[in-house]
Amino acid sequence: MEQVIVNGLYLGAQYALIALGLTLIFSLMNVLNFAHGQMYVLGGFVTYTVYGQMGLPFVVALFASAVTLAVVGALFEKLLFRPVLRRSKREESTMLLAAATAFLLDAVILLVFGEKQRGVPKIVDGVFVSDAVIIPYDRVVVGVVAIGLIVAFMLYMQYSRPGRAMRALAQDRVAAQLMGVNVDRYSMLGFALGAMLAGLVGGLLVTITGVNSGIGGPISIKAFMMVMIGGAGVVGGAIAGGFILGMMESVGLDVLRAYGDITYLVIFVALMVFLSIRPNGLMGKPWG
Amino acid sequence: MKSKQFTLRILALAAASAVALSALAANPASAADKVLKIGFVGVTSGPAAAWGTSNVRSMQTRADWLNEQGGVKIGDDTYKIQIVTFDDQKDPKRAIAGMEKMAQEGIHYVVGPNVDDGAAAVRPVAEAKNIIYFPYSFPKALFSPPASNAILGMVANYQSAPAIYKYLKENKGVKSVAFVAANESDPLSQRDGGVAAAKELGLDVVAASDTYQNDTRDFTPVLTPIVRLKPDLLVLSGVAPANAPLLIRSARELGYKGLISAETAQDAKVLQEGAGDLANGFISVGGASTPEIRSPLMEEFIQRYTKKYGEYNDESNTKVYALEYIVDTLKANPKAIDDIDEYKKTIETFHAPNPFVKEGHELKYVGMKSFGQKRQISVPMVVTQYENGEFKTLFVGEVD
Repeated sequence: MEQVIVNGLYLGAQYALIALGLTLIFSLMNVLNFAHGQMYVLGGFVTYTVYGQMGLPFVVALFASAVTLAVVGALFEKLLFRPVLRRSKREESTMLLAAATAFLLDAVILLVFGEKQRGVPKIVDGVFVSDAVIIPYDRVVVGVVAIGLIVAFMLYMQYSRPGRAMRALAQDRVAAQLMGVNVDRYSMLGFALGAMLAGLVGGLLVTITGVNSGIGGPISIKAFMMVMIGGAGVVGGAIAGGFILGMMESVGLDVLRAYGDITYLVIFVALMVFLSIRPNGLMGKPWG
Repeated sequence: MKSKQFTLRILALAAASAVALSALAANPASAADKVLKIGFVGVTSGPAAAWGTSNVRSMQTRADWLNEQGGVKIGDDTYKIQIVTFDDQKDPKRAIAGMEKMAQEGIHYVVGPNVDDGAAAVRPVAEAKNIIYFPYSFPKALFSPPASNAILGMVANYQSAPAIYKYLKENKGVKSVAFVAANESDPLSQRDGGVAAAKELGLDVVAASDTYQNDTRDFTPVLTPIVRLKPDLLVLSGVAPANAPLLIRSARELGYKGLISAETAQDAKVLQEGAGDLANGFISVGGASTPEIRSPLMEEFIQRYTKKYGEYNDESNTKVYALEYIVDTLKANPKAIDDIDEYKKTIETFHAPNPFVKEGHELKYVGMKSFGQKRQISVPMVVTQYENGEFKTLFVGEVD
């Protein structure tokens, strides 16, 4: 059982980091970023190229993934989402735009990086083995880095000036504007930060799971699930959702294995029941 | 003013003519040659993109090569080959739309689809529109009477699995086996076939119901309970090339010491990048060509493919065959070019030298034992073992 719990914890840490960027963009702009998974994939491929192909240090590759995705996010916000949000009052417009950007990134990634699964050398070799738990050291490192990034992100949002401005924006866009918050600048920063998180986690996880051009959609769906569990637009909710999903997967795959592949069926049914009782998720607010 | 308008019209007409002429010149199928359109309906996007992409790229590479040599002579005519592709996104509804498109284009020979449900879905369209198609999926009903339009494009797992398990039982002392499969129709049916074959050989099947979502990225939770059972052999049923290295790596990192095998074709580079040395010893049906058996023509095909697309895909060792079979069968009976009944007649007696292997194998249609009729192309069943970045031949078998 200890192994199952450890599996759940590090899966949860990975998932939480994936969900953070998605919920940030949603909270700031009310945009469901369907391209989040594709941004994760792009981050993975940047790390693959810089670390796996060019042989530069992993930290440099991770930095390159973060910067690349931050730039992509900022450009998406400035050139695509901002004009649409300005001209259209309907939420479907941004949803359609987000879906279009997902397809665009999918196609571009497939063209540039090809159809094959890619992987990089392990960042840390070796496996920790005890009577109760077996865990490769690289998963420990990735789990710790993921938790470190989550903490850093929360501190940034809590105590930095841009973080406070983005939180104000998330709470009430008009009031924040009236208080002198530069809405355009911080919306762009928020989108860039959300995309950067996707890129970072993509770069981080490529060392364990590799990356291929087709996984963007499934990653987005999983991220949406975590956000739904935790509550849309709430940072703490995304983290909780990530850990809950990770633990449910790990426990389900172990306990329910005798009954075939019903783990996700059970998770989805549980999610439906949960949402019917608590439609805003664990920490979501009824007003968004 | 009128004169200016007239001049503009003339200029526009000249420009349009120039564009049309240059397009004609750029088209490999010049007016002097006839065009033989061969279709592809399969998955070239999403998580399973590698399966269809290797099909399309193999077909395109071979078609370009044949066209470069002046085309193919079928009867009295010379044809340039044109590959018409349709991405069904692994969606049966789109596969039907793709097959309809092929019919509208007058195409009678289509490679694909890549998965069971797509191959089953297109059957009515193929039969109604006189299309022979070459699926890479295994349901026997598609290839057995009364069905007659589908021709299996590779070795099925129920043909390779018994041979592999028997070899491992006799040569590696395998006594117990565990199966794990993605929760999708193809891998599940392959798993069931594998379980049946293992039981028939008297192996102890210690796990037969473990599955995973195809989009799983970290397989440690999936494999933790299976590794505890310590099977001698872990079979990755119907595993996609993208998932194989992740499964192997997780199993090895969890301390699994036994053998790992799959009945689907894999890619050495993908295994190397994804699992490194942990993939050493992994057994799979490694495409229909390994360095030990491939001919100079196959070597050139690999070079051309690599030059055209930047990197070779080992799955293409098998995928290269379908187009060759279509072209060579049409050469054997030119009437079949627009009459699939003639093609079906030719299947019964067709045989030709296999240009892709050194010796000991010929192109012919097989499947009598599995399907009761010849509805499978014969490709060498090469069982390989991965070692340090490349596949080594374990043994070569053949389907009858």
